[in-house]
Amino acid sequence: MIKPDRIVATTCPYCGVGCVLNLHIKEDVVYRVTSPHDAPANHGNLCVKGRFGYDFIHSKDRLTQPLMRKDGELVPAGWDEAMGHVAERLLEIRDKYGPDSIGFLVSAKCTNEENYLMQKVARGLIGTNNVDHCARL
Amino acid sequence: MTNSIADIHLADVLLVTGSNTTEAHPVISLEMKKAVRQRGAKLILIDPREIELADFATLHLRPRSGTDVALLNAMAHVIIGQGLAKTQFIELRTENFDALKEAVKDCAPQWGEDVTGVPEKMIVEAAQVYGQAGSAAIFWAMGITQSSHGVDNVQALANLALLTGNFGKPGSGVNPLRGQNNVQGACDMGGLPNVITGYQPVADENVRAKFENAWQTGVKIPSKPGLTVTEMMNGVLDGRIKALYVMGENPALSDPNTNHVREALAEIEFLVSQDIFLNETAQLAHVVLPGVSFAEKDGTFTNTERRVQLVRAAMPVHGDARRDLDIICDLGQRLSGVDGKNFADVIRPVSDWTYAGASAVWDEIAALTPSMAGISHERLNPRGIQWPCPAEDHPGTPILHKEKFTRGLGKFTPLTFREPAENPDDEYPFTLNTGRILQHWHGGTMSRRSEGLDWVVPEGEIQINAEDGLRLRVASGDMIRVTSRRGEVTGKARLTDKLPRGMVFMNFHFAEVPANALTGDAVDPVAKIPEYKVSAVKIERV
Ligand code: SF4
Repeated sequence: MIKPDRIVATTCPYCGVGCVLNLHIKEDVVYRVTSPHDAPANHGNLCVKGRFGYDFIHSKDRLTQPLMRKDGELVPAGWDEAMGHVAERLLEIRDKYGPDSIGFLVSAKCTNEENYLMQKVARGLIGTNNVDHCARL
Repeated sequence: MTNSIADIHLADVLLVTGSNTTEAHPVISLEMKKAVRQRGAKLILIDPREIELADFATLHLRPRSGTDVALLNAMAHVIIGQGLAKTQFIELRTENFDALKEAVKDCAPQWGEDVTGVPEKMIVEAAQVYGQAGSAAIFWAMGITQSSHGVDNVQALANLALLTGNFGKPGSGVNPLRGQNNVQGACDMGGLPNVITGYQPVADENVRAKFENAWQTGVKIPSKPGLTVTEMMNGVLDGRIKALYVMGENPALSDPNTNHVREALAEIEFLVSQDIFLNETAQLAHVVLPGVSFAEKDGTFTNTERRVQLVRAAMPVHGDARRDLDIICDLGQRLSGVDGKNFADVIRPVSDWTYAGASAVWDEIAALTPSMAGISHERLNPRGIQWPCPAEDHPGTPILHKEKFTRGLGKFTPLTFREPAENPDDEYPFTLNTGRILQHWHGGTMSRRSEGLDWVVPEGEIQINAEDGLRLRVASGDMIRVTSRRGEVTGKARLTDKLPRGMVFMNFHFAEVPANALTGDAVDPVAKIPEYKVSAVKIERV
């Protein structure tokens, strides 16, 4: 059997049951998932998604660098250039059409902290309540 | 959920509706099955399909799609008529009972049968089993909410629980099973157009003042609620919305009426996508910002029973991607000019958008949110805490509404049954229903990249009733075309006797067979949730 470098307890990224996952990691790769018996929501049970649905973390399709559309094509860009462009365009559009011309979709897949900060950007910096997520879909 | 997952084992009766729990919430269905088999709990299942839980049900009611309110009203009629309503609870803790009584007065079981197709006798029996239970818990999922009258459906269920005093005690309550892992949290955190964290309304002047003071960005929070996602998409088309920032979502695939959304997104002046994959939305974006997966970040998710739980970084970030919190903070700095480079004159900077990690962000949330004031990352280790948790020595709240409801008295909502926005007719004789299957997840961006899962169920099938198939001369494996008033989709047919006649079922995990190209854009007038479960379609062999 493979011996893990470490086992990290976290929360399943798939559904709202919130099963506790123990990620077994070897050389920064998840190779096995278990769940502790005292997990509050799932008592150690996991469904097929929680137990086996982790390959996507290491997928070759993962985005590794920012992309910007230039001449109609999405091409790799540096972080500073990409972020600078986003901020510049958002402020331009806000100043030209008003704050309510911008919408923010936050995410039922992202963490609480990320969602909080994103709506803080929308409400506190742009000045719009156009904040929603797709989970009502 | 008003109650907890563990309450499944404390209920005498479980009423499950609009939730194929086995497929969408497998671990919860396991608990339900245990409750039935080991403890003899009774299960009332309301679902047109012959889903797996049907094998465990005492009663399986199969109403015509979109007639939930009629069925639930008829059950309320029986509960009142047979004296099963808990008068003391109604007197002490509720209001508007007379209005409900009036509204269900004409909803006799025979009327219920005429509208829903569920036999009168079964409606009576279901009402009796639910009404006589010492404790009864209701569970539902998207089958109830994804309807042009989803809010009515939920209120009709709440009426039943109020009538029978099934609130505030173990094994009771009304319990939505949240779909995605952090729907609960996204709503709790102010990821909605009308409320900030902990459902504090933007319309409330004191709330706005509190956040403006804490944030110190110099920007006024508008008092008017913003647009919902469906309204934003319409806004793009009619020119009101010029820019969209999309984090971790894929509306180009998951929205109803996908064609309309793609048209909108292709036209927009500026689209940003922050995601881990180049999904259908990102492909249309002007800038794509690579975030990281749950395994590379710290933070919290809140599950369907309101339990805030830790997410822990297990590995370094992938490539040159960045943690999503870092991306947002960077954006915050640039927008407020505290990076010293841009726009210093645009917004007066005070909040500097630097946090010592996710736990520090949480502390800001807790400081501004009374119902979560007692929660810190430190306290969440190892079992999480269920909000409300107003103080550091508060243990959290497994059961809501114990002594009183949040609003004081529980209010009955009188409801009138309305037909779904689109019923089948001569031209489009079938009803399309959409949903999840066990092995895949939502738009499939994660699960379809997990080899084990994609191997078990690699294709998006179109399920039809076996007799309908015979009549249309379609066999399992044949290619069929499903057409609605909004679009068409071609895919492989799968004949099944689990579906009632006249129903077509598609899951929405596969971009090649995009069920949402067919669904309508009728939405619930209050919750603005689209009607996913009832669209009229026709089927042809190709
Ligand atoms: S393991 Fe399965 S049931 Fe548990 S949270 Fe993950 S997806 Fe949901």
